[in-house]
Amino acid sequence: MTTLEEAASAGTRLRGEQRQVGARVLRLEDRRLVTGQGLFTDDIDAGAYGAAFVRSPYAHARVVSIDVTAALDVPGLVAIYTHEDLPERIGTILPLLIPHPSLFAPRTGYPLARDVVHHVGEAVVMIVAADRYAAEDAAELVSVEYEPLPAVVGAENAAAAVHAAHEDVPDNVAARMVQEAGDAAAAIEVAPHKLDLRWDITRSCSSPLEGRAVYARWDAADGSMRVYSSTQLPTSVRAALATRLDLPLSKVEVIAPDVGGGFGTKLNHPKPEEILVAWAARLLGHPVKWTEDRREHFISSSHEREQVHFVRVGFDDDGRILGLSVRFLHDTGAYTPYGIIVPIITATQLPGPYKLPDYRVEFTVLYTNTVIVTPYRGAGRPQGVWCMERTMDRIAQYLGKDRAKVRQVNLVRPQDMPWDTGLIFQDGRPAVYDSGDFPASLRLIKKLIGWDGFRAMKAQAAKEGRKLGIGIGCYVEGTGLGPYEGGYVQVEPSGRVLVATGLSTQGQGHETILAQIAADELGVPIDRVTVTTGDSRRLGYAVGTFASRTAVTAGNAVALAAGKVRAKALAIAGKALGLDPSELDICGGVVVCADRPDVAMDLRVVATLSNPLRYAFDEQAQAATQFTMPSSADAPPLEAGEEPGLEAYGFYSPVGSVWANGMHAVIVETDPRTAEVKVLKYAVMHDCGNMINPMVVEGQIHGGVAQGVAGALYERMAYDEDGQLQNASFMDFLMPFVTEVPEHIDMGHLQTPSPLNPLGVKGVGEAGVIPAAAAIIAAVEDAEGIDISRVPISPDDIFRLRREASR
Amino acid sequence: MKPGPFDYSAPTTLGDTLTLLADLGPDGKVLAGGQSLIPILNMRLARFPHLVDINRVTELDTLEPVAGDGGGVRVGALARHARVERSAVTVQACPVLAQALRFVAHPAVKNRGTVCGALAHADPASELPAMLALLGGWVEVAHAGQATRHVPAGSFFLGPLESALGPGDLVVSARFPGVAGRSGTAFLEVARRRGDYALCGVGAAVTLDDDLRIVSARAAYVSVSPTPLVLDLTDAAAGRPAATADYAAAGRLARSAVSPEADIHAGEEYRRELAMVLTERALESAARRAGAPGRGGVTS
Amino acid sequence: MTAEQLHEITLEVNGVPHRAVVPPRRLLSDALRHDLGLRGTHVGCEHGVCGTCTVLLDGEPVRSCLMLAVQAAGRHITTVEGLSGPTGELSAVQQAFIECHALQCGFCTPGFLTTITAFLEDHPEPDDAEIAEAIGGNLCRCTGYQNIKAAVRRAAEIRRDQAAEVTR
Repeated sequence: MTTLEEAASAGTRLRGEQRQVGARVLRLEDRRLVTGQGLFTDDIDAGAYGAAFVRSPYAHARVVSIDVTAALDVPGLVAIYTHEDLPERIGTILPLLIPHPSLFAPRTGYPLARDVVHHVGEAVVMIVAADRYAAEDAAELVSVEYEPLPAVVGAENAAAAVHAAHEDVPDNVAARMVQEAGDAAAAIEVAPHKLDLRWDITRSCSSPLEGRAVYARWDAADGSMRVYSSTQLPTSVRAALATRLDLPLSKVEVIAPDVGGGFGTKLNHPKPEEILVAWAARLLGHPVKWTEDRREHFISSSHEREQVHFVRVGFDDDGRILGLSVRFLHDTGAYTPYGIIVPIITATQLPGPYKLPDYRVEFTVLYTNTVIVTPYRGAGRPQGVWCMERTMDRIAQYLGKDRAKVRQVNLVRPQDMPWDTGLIFQDGRPAVYDSGDFPASLRLIKKLIGWDGFRAMKAQAAKEGRKLGIGIGCYVEGTGLGPYEGGYVQVEPSGRVLVATGLSTQGQGHETILAQIAADELGVPIDRVTVTTGDSRRLGYAVGTFASRTAVTAGNAVALAAGKVRAKALAIAGKALGLDPSELDICGGVVVCADRPDVAMDLRVVATLSNPLRYAFDEQAQAATQFTMPSSADAPPLEAGEEPGLEAYGFYSPVGSVWANGMHAVIVETDPRTAEVKVLKYAVMHDCGNMINPMVVEGQIHGGVAQGVAGALYERMAYDEDGQLQNASFMDFLMPFVTEVPEHIDMGHLQTPSPLNPLGVKGVGEAGVIPAAAAIIAAVEDAEGIDISRVPISPDDIFRLRREASR
Repeated sequence: MKPGPFDYSAPTTLGDTLTLLADLGPDGKVLAGGQSLIPILNMRLARFPHLVDINRVTELDTLEPVAGDGGGVRVGALARHARVERSAVTVQACPVLAQALRFVAHPAVKNRGTVCGALAHADPASELPAMLALLGGWVEVAHAGQATRHVPAGSFFLGPLESALGPGDLVVSARFPGVAGRSGTAFLEVARRRGDYALCGVGAAVTLDDDLRIVSARAAYVSVSPTPLVLDLTDAAAGRPAATADYAAAGRLARSAVSPEADIHAGEEYRRELAMVLTERALESAARRAGAPGRGGVTS
Repeated sequence: MTAEQLHEITLEVNGVPHRAVVPPRRLLSDALRHDLGLRGTHVGCEHGVCGTCTVLLDGEPVRSCLMLAVQAAGRHITTVEGLSGPTGELSAVQQAFIECHALQCGFCTPGFLTTITAFLEDHPEPDDAEIAEAIGGNLCRCTGYQNIKAAVRRAAEIRRDQAAEVTR
């Protein structure tokens, strides 16, 4: 790794030139995607066997017996496996990926259920057949006898513990954790005003358009396994599979090809399906592929969001919060493979942009007989923001004050930076805000939405019999966390620049933004740059794509790697030209010298020179012979410490997160009679530091806002009390079409670059969704004049609330 | 989600189709647009041994205005939703059908789905059975060796997803009569998302006399009863000029007459409320259209 | 269980006839992808809601997951692979999608492209309401639709410009 100073100067150079970085560069990945030439996991190998699973129809049950007899005659059947058929290493319990001292009762499942199933959708039997049609035919005929057990659904039911979701965890508690700064109880005690509040947020899910999929091919001659998986972390999948299959890491390759959206639901690994498909491919000596269907996705991937918050807050006459104590329940579903990351994020991001020197948060993680919980875009932040922002609204309501003014009074100011919240973030490091101008953010969002003029607008609308309301939501987002990410840059003698990073892509434009960075850093035209992500063959060390971290970590890693390549190129060119490297630069892929206009050495030549082979294979090598490298007979062509090739790795490991922030404001109208809600105006202000590609940034926010609106008004997992998911299809899980999102989003950017990384960037992948629910529900509340404490809210809910209010 | 296996035939004439259906009896299932049937097959919610695909029976692809006999249109079994919605024939002779079709699903689904198929499916959440009932229409059913029989809406829809069709039957066309006299129609619906099944839908038809007073007001309902419900709301609104009729009274009548069920999207009370509100609004809109210039004496 | 009866069909896709031997239950979406190797058409739900699988049947958008392959024999099918020109030049709609950043992961994109291509043939000068109606049956989880709407407007513009050039 180069020193931070070297990296910082690289960053300065980048910022100064700003050729590609900062520009709205059209995406390099688009051409193949718009011509139908993308490669998604199900696109691979039409001849592979198809896998399907028999999944539990009960939320909680003992598996009494499995009878596969009727399935054995199905044409096209290849194999049927139950837990008993699996070797120990394959069938053993799934790993706890993120242990934590507070997670004192972790539970994970088995690749195929052993004795007990704990949610509808849990895999019990695996079928491999000629194709998916035949596999489903066989699955239908497998007969499993279950002994149903009582099911636990909902966080409060779990807390009441009348029944146990896991028989050996009678109180349903997986974890308890407390974080505090200062002394909230004491501060609240002496506060002039106090409020006790409750906030509910309902379970939802990511639901990308492409579900999960795994393809595995075993090469018996080579003893190697290649897996394609629609995953957000191929490197980790690789490590997990190598362990399970008892293979050396070097004999396992995992590639995330084009991935049709992730949003967090493709983080959990190794999935039962990943283990079993790979194992079956090796056992059967034939490629196997599993592509989940939509129902499977709803009942066996992952969900998120469900929490119940109990708040006690003390504040003064200005609405300044003197103490905040939050106790919340977190529904983690049937198992905890992903640990307690989501509630930790909720707990530590809840304070938002406000000064809370006396803050206490306690959460209880509870098992229910429902699908497991892994992050869904926002990853616990929407819940924390929902709690904090609605509490702010209540404070304002109580005092009869303007909701923006009450927020303003509480904001951390620029002069307070870096602001230490006193909390420990999800990366185990202190949550210290590094940058941001929250008062300026608030001024900007108020202007964008027309906050000050709204009262008059609302009054005018009321005269026409229309109900209008306005709401606001503010957040901070710790982004770009480590532990690290890697970048690899190589200049080939052909002139092509190959860039790789190990994390994967699910639509965020990584191939383009990383090319922008490399092109600027190296001084080459961007059309020479090709970026590969998510392929363990190209870069084996990586963490993954989540938590809005790619631009910060992979971006800086690629910049570091490119910087090293640049330095090496200039050293080689300098040696060949007899010039000092400090006098050289690279422009348009050519090494040039400011004082010597006659000097021009194409990077192709430099790349060729970097590898002193005996043979002149091609034009480049022949052209390179015109540059006789000065050498003495005593020195070897490749000096000690040098390596051939114009390539380098760079790894960026941040000290801590960098803090993005944003605010959303919404104006809604509710129909006085049908209670339908329409968003009239949606404004977003956000600060993600320097933007590598503003077009990509805006796209990320548009997408997040759509999910935020959906989470406020449409989407929820509808479990009945028996743990049956009643809306496991797109007909009843109400993902928004174009007609359900705002017609337009007014966007404002603030740029407070992070001082903590050379590119000055912060993450933005989740920004669009985080405060949306809070802002929208606040607006609906404002329109209706009725308190709303649960999200999402439907017209039916509003109708009921109106009824109750009028009684 | 892949369908289970089935046998398949694609006859090209009505005669062959009827013979085949009669031979197959309960094993046969008609495949028309497939927009309701194929999801059911994909999700393996039902199994049919033998699908009889009528999409090549081109003689069923008809859409005609009907002169006399109440006017309106006759929709052949293969007439797609999209064609019926856009056709000048519908707009002129039976506009409420076009108005209702606006709310059905989305364009790609309407390019394949058929009006007769929707009627045969008998989904209480479907707009088309309600419109057939509103207009006093009927379904024309063929069976090998028998005369085509006409089954009025009231006898055709027996329960949720249950029609009067028996094994060997084929809906060959549906008759949607027009609304006589100086009249107007309107269709309104509330759904969670645009194109979703309605939480409640209302199709209304209002007829005025020469003094522009209401002589007839009827409404049919979607999603709030097990079979299509038609209410005669004339008493509540009659005798008054269109502009000052007591639509609210008609709405209250509707609110108590419907029998909605709760589901995950909306409860019973809210659907009743929608029935009331949409009845008022639909009647008002239909009456306004009836009173618009150029409506006198024209079947609409 | 007896083996299924197979049908030998010819599917004309993007102007090219393809022979396939399929059971009647093979969905058109699967036949295109696996029997014909045209993997640009994607599958999102198999119940007709998401629109990802949308192809053109005789020029009109249909859900290929709700058609049997045997039903498409003898019809003209257009998939995303058939939208570019003979030498690979991008169509107006494809070009507009790139210019407007109207795709992110690209999974839903083919369904939008076919839908919009057909739409602009019938409505070359659409207003915002018509655009929303036309694309209102296609789900996208990544873009939030704002840029897709812009792409439709831009595609109409490109088509206008191209038509103007031809007549010049």
